[in-house]
Amino acid sequence: MLQKGETAPDFTLEATPERKVHLKDLRGKNVILAFYPADWSPVCSDQMTLYNEMLHYFEKYNAVLLGISVDGAWCHHAFASARQIHFDLLSDFEPKGAVSIAYGVYEEKFGVSKRALFVIDANGIIQWSYLSPVNENPGADGILEALENLKNN
Amino acid sequence: MPTLIPPVNALDHVLGAPDATIELVEYGDFQCPFCREAFFVVKELQERFARQLRFVFRNFPLSEAHEYAMDAALAAEAAAKQNRFWEMHDAIYNRQPELNEALLLTLAKEVGLDLQRFTEDMEAPKLLSRVEADFESGVRSGVNGTPTFYVNGKRYNGDYRELSSVLVK
Repeated sequence: MLQKGETAPDFTLEATPERKVHLKDLRGKNVILAFYPADWSPVCSDQMTLYNEMLHYFEKYNAVLLGISVDGAWCHHAFASARQIHFDLLSDFEPKGAVSIAYGVYEEKFGVSKRALFVIDANGIIQWSYLSPVNENPGADGILEALENLKNN
Repeated sequence: MPTLIPPVNALDHVLGAPDATIELVEYGDFQCPFCREAFFVVKELQERFARQLRFVFRNFPLSEAHEYAMDAALAAEAAAKQNRFWEMHDAIYNRQPELNEALLLTLAKEVGLDLQRFTEDMEAPKLLSRVEADFESGVRSGVNGTPTFYVNGKRYNGDYRELSSVLVK
């Protein structure tokens, strides 16, 4: 798993069947990457549901949040509509898991991304990363702390 | 282990004796069905532990997932301005399956609120900031879903139906 101080590998992934997100285009902003195993986990304790509530807190720190899983773009689309998710969920679908592998957070055994968080600064350098036990929603306290440290440095 | 930030203070809604030995804090969403279940669990705990237990409720509305969660939180806070927070809190959880804007007004009437003040307070930006401050404190305290409980300032990671087992220790 990539650690603080390493350059965040660039990627271009589908956010919707019609639109791609290129990490490099987000230079100048802090970027939060939230790798997670799959769409459709139970609602009230769901990590993406929690982050969805937090977008305006992230904005205060000039940060953009991107969710990443190996689910296909149409699956993300259905999931995002059902849960009214207002940030991009990217499909690490083809070649499967390539971005997760580049960040060192692919779970070979199950063919899904691990539950992992990265905070990348405005210059594309990883400033914080965290691997969560797969069944545990890591919440957002670590992300906020990392963003706060970025602001103060 | 995540801890409660900030600790329980004068701004909190607190139910129970000031000298209680157990302090139980919940971050909850009024429209979350699991929180409703937990509401009945907490009621049992309050009966069982009586003066030993102090219960605190903080708002954690998942307003994107639950249409009326924010309104319900504001309604409870508006009731608090008329010293009826717990009455409103209980009333909302009791009738959660019917929750909508009209129900909140009905409940406000039933718990005996001055309705004009209630509707004014519901709109007040100050009340919204209060609910958002609760939410933000929850995030900082490591809340990762609803309900999340803290026992004497430490996050409780188990099943809320088994809360009593940690309280007796």
